[in-house]
Amino acid sequence: MSTALHRLKALLRPEQLLVRPEQLAAYESDGLTAFRQRPLAVAVPETGDEVIALVRLCHELKLPFVARGSGTSLSGGSLPVAGGVVITLNRLNRILRLDPAQRIAVVQPGVINTAVTVAAAPHGLHYAPDPSSQSICTIGGNVAFNSGGAHCLKYGMTSNHVLGIKAVLATGEVVEWGGVSRENVGPDWCGLFTGNEGLFGIALEITLQLLPKAECFHTVLAGYCTLEQAGDAVSAVIASGLLPGAIEIMDALALEAAVAAVHAEYPTGAAAVLIVELEGPREVVAVDRVRLDEIIAASQPLESRPARDAEERLAIWKGRKSAFSAVGRLSPDFIVQDGVVPRRRLGEALRRIGEMSQEVGIRVANVFHAGDGNLHPLILFNGRVAGDLERAEQLAGRILRMCVEMGGSLTGEHGIGVEKNNFLPDMFSAAEIDCLNRLRDAFDPLGIANPGKMFPRAEAPVLTQHGLHPLEKAGLISRE
Amino acid sequence: MNPTLTPANAVELAEAVRATPRVLAVGAGTKPRLSAVSCPKLSTLKLNGMIEYEPSEFTFTALAGTPVRDIAATLAECGQYLPFDPMLADAGATLGGTVSSGLSGPGRFRFGGLRDFILGVQFVDGAGRIMRLGGKVVKNAAGFDVPKFFVGSLGRFGVLTEITFKVFPAPASRLTLLLAASEIGSALKILTTASSARWEIEALDWLPDASSVAVRLGGPAPALATLAQEILRRWPGRILPVAEADALWAGLREFERTPARPQGQEKTSLIKVALAPENLPAFHESLAALPDARAHVSAGGNVAFVTVADGTEVTVLDQQLSAQKLAALTLRGASPLWLGARPNFKITAAVKVALDAGNRFPGLDD
Repeated sequence: MSTALHRLKALLRPEQLLVRPEQLAAYESDGLTAFRQRPLAVAVPETGDEVIALVRLCHELKLPFVARGSGTSLSGGSLPVAGGVVITLNRLNRILRLDPAQRIAVVQPGVINTAVTVAAAPHGLHYAPDPSSQSICTIGGNVAFNSGGAHCLKYGMTSNHVLGIKAVLATGEVVEWGGVSRENVGPDWCGLFTGNEGLFGIALEITLQLLPKAECFHTVLAGYCTLEQAGDAVSAVIASGLLPGAIEIMDALALEAAVAAVHAEYPTGAAAVLIVELEGPREVVAVDRVRLDEIIAASQPLESRPARDAEERLAIWKGRKSAFSAVGRLSPDFIVQDGVVPRRRLGEALRRIGEMSQEVGIRVANVFHAGDGNLHPLILFNGRVAGDLERAEQLAGRILRMCVEMGGSLTGEHGIGVEKNNFLPDMFSAAEIDCLNRLRDAFDPLGIANPGKMFPRAEAPVLTQHGLHPLEKAGLISRE
Repeated sequence: MNPTLTPANAVELAEAVRATPRVLAVGAGTKPRLSAVSCPKLSTLKLNGMIEYEPSEFTFTALAGTPVRDIAATLAECGQYLPFDPMLADAGATLGGTVSSGLSGPGRFRFGGLRDFILGVQFVDGAGRIMRLGGKVVKNAAGFDVPKFFVGSLGRFGVLTEITFKVFPAPASRLTLLLAASEIGSALKILTTASSARWEIEALDWLPDASSVAVRLGGPAPALATLAQEILRRWPGRILPVAEADALWAGLREFERTPARPQGQEKTSLIKVALAPENLPAFHESLAALPDARAHVSAGGNVAFVTVADGTEVTVLDQQLSAQKLAALTLRGASPLWLGARPNFKITAAVKVALDAGNRFPGLDD
């Protein structure tokens, strides 16, 4: 047995260290199932002190480590490193404090995203970031990858809701930044740490801001003959001065999947469906909804349908949120992309995606956060057909490059991970990547924290096709 | 007298940085304590102007030396605004100085502070390299969030040359209420209750006269009138006429109600304290023991701007803040730059090396 394993065993109870192949198998991959790697061991700490001891040991032994929550990363953020240890944080799952007067929650990294909102709900509060995997993903993972969701235009991403962080850095140093206050003096360390993709260290306690739950919603679903018309409707809503909580579009292929999966009732014959949701005090929504309804009516939809009650609203969102896993019914395999384009270029971006799709003969379904220009093209392929995966990967790469060329971003919310690290030079200059590298070295001079992620590598990782994630097949999580 | 360099663009600025062994960037000098370091200064005032503004994108990019007042005026022409009420706009504060000082005004209560609206930066590091990190779109998760790190960094890690922000459509109308709150108990009750209420308040401040809480609502006028009546049924107070309300918020934004004299002639210091509602009782008690101290408690009890007499009073305040584990920053006056609790981690020095290996810019403690 290796020295590393001996030392790891000395830190934990036997059942907290997984080493047998059948135990390790479950940790070989995450939400990006095309990548797979067996680690040396999986450590299952139960306290913050155990995490600190593990990281300090890794530092001493120069042993690579990968922190993992529920393993829902879509950019391969928690893909293990060969010969390294996976530190799984699911047992650090306590909400340490929930204080309605300060409107904050202090949580351990393994707390599930929705658990925060569930705990806050009795006080009329909620935790705003809502990635589609929110019923299973952890706050630690959300912090590491600065997760988004459907409400980012108005409420921002995870980073905008993190007030304080206690973390163990890759050097073993334990830091505490920020706290209960929504304000801060000095550099914004919490801002720098959030979205570090596991390259700086492991968050042990996170202070989150909670917001009052909106009193009233007005959710409209409208079907259009063309994607462009739906895009024009979004522009009209934005130009009106309204600030909707969410603006989402699904194209025909995504609609087909959603209808098949959850029997969602969408306007028949629509090439695109738009969902716009207003929220706020009932008196404000009462005024704003009149304007929204006028704008939608003027946008010449095939049909438009406001949700009449909470049940209808939930049905609209259920169809939207199930679209991703539903696409699994249309195709044995798919890749989810996560690029961002300036909103005014959405129509152009979708047209070009359509052209590229036809050119290579690979179908693409589109579901996207139209309010913030965040595209999620779902690239459908069959891994059993020789060359299909490679063609799908190439198409995904072309779409990403197009996003950057248009002045957008490689990723809106999934992160770079192992999926997009070779595209980083498309967005940043050598000097800029060098600067990011120096920052990484400051936090992790030995390069042991989640190595191989974010930064371009000389060798491509092994790409294999394993189909949908089991939880995805079961409809429990979706890729978004 | 130290010389002041005045580059006209990012390339000249980078050259000036490379040519000067020790230098600190300054904007309009509205928070003079932040740059009260003896070294040559690099003025960003010639880096002035909006570079890109796409109202349909809810984003703009401006040069760092652009006065926030000018930006606010340009945004207002298109019905948009920076929701965090940039401080000292009328005094001429620049966008870069606002980011570097990490100051947000009363409006930060509803949608978040400056840190929640900054999207991307172009900056010059300690080696004189020009770089751009973050993005120009409202949603972006690529690379480390260096733009956020620059918020509150006081120009000690790099010089900002261009900054991209997210903006929002401005509310159709505003309405301000003044609620009676002459002691800490009633003020705290209003702050914490109103923070969680359904009204979606824009700004919630306990005023420096310590006798009232100001509540600002934003939205369609008929809706605000109804919400205001509901608030007034709960607590005694009145609706302020528009001109009076505008003057109130402008006064708070410009520190007129907590004035301090210009650097060099000061007898008092203006200090920002980060705190939470739970800290207010002890904090209030500390201030009560200082005869010349006054505080504007903003953002629902999450920040206080304090004026305090230099000398003994500052020393006492510093001790009290440390005891309460609160951190504070002096914006104007002769007080030490940092007051109260200030944990020091090794990573701070390591990040300084990453961005400014040669210590060309002063350190946070200089």
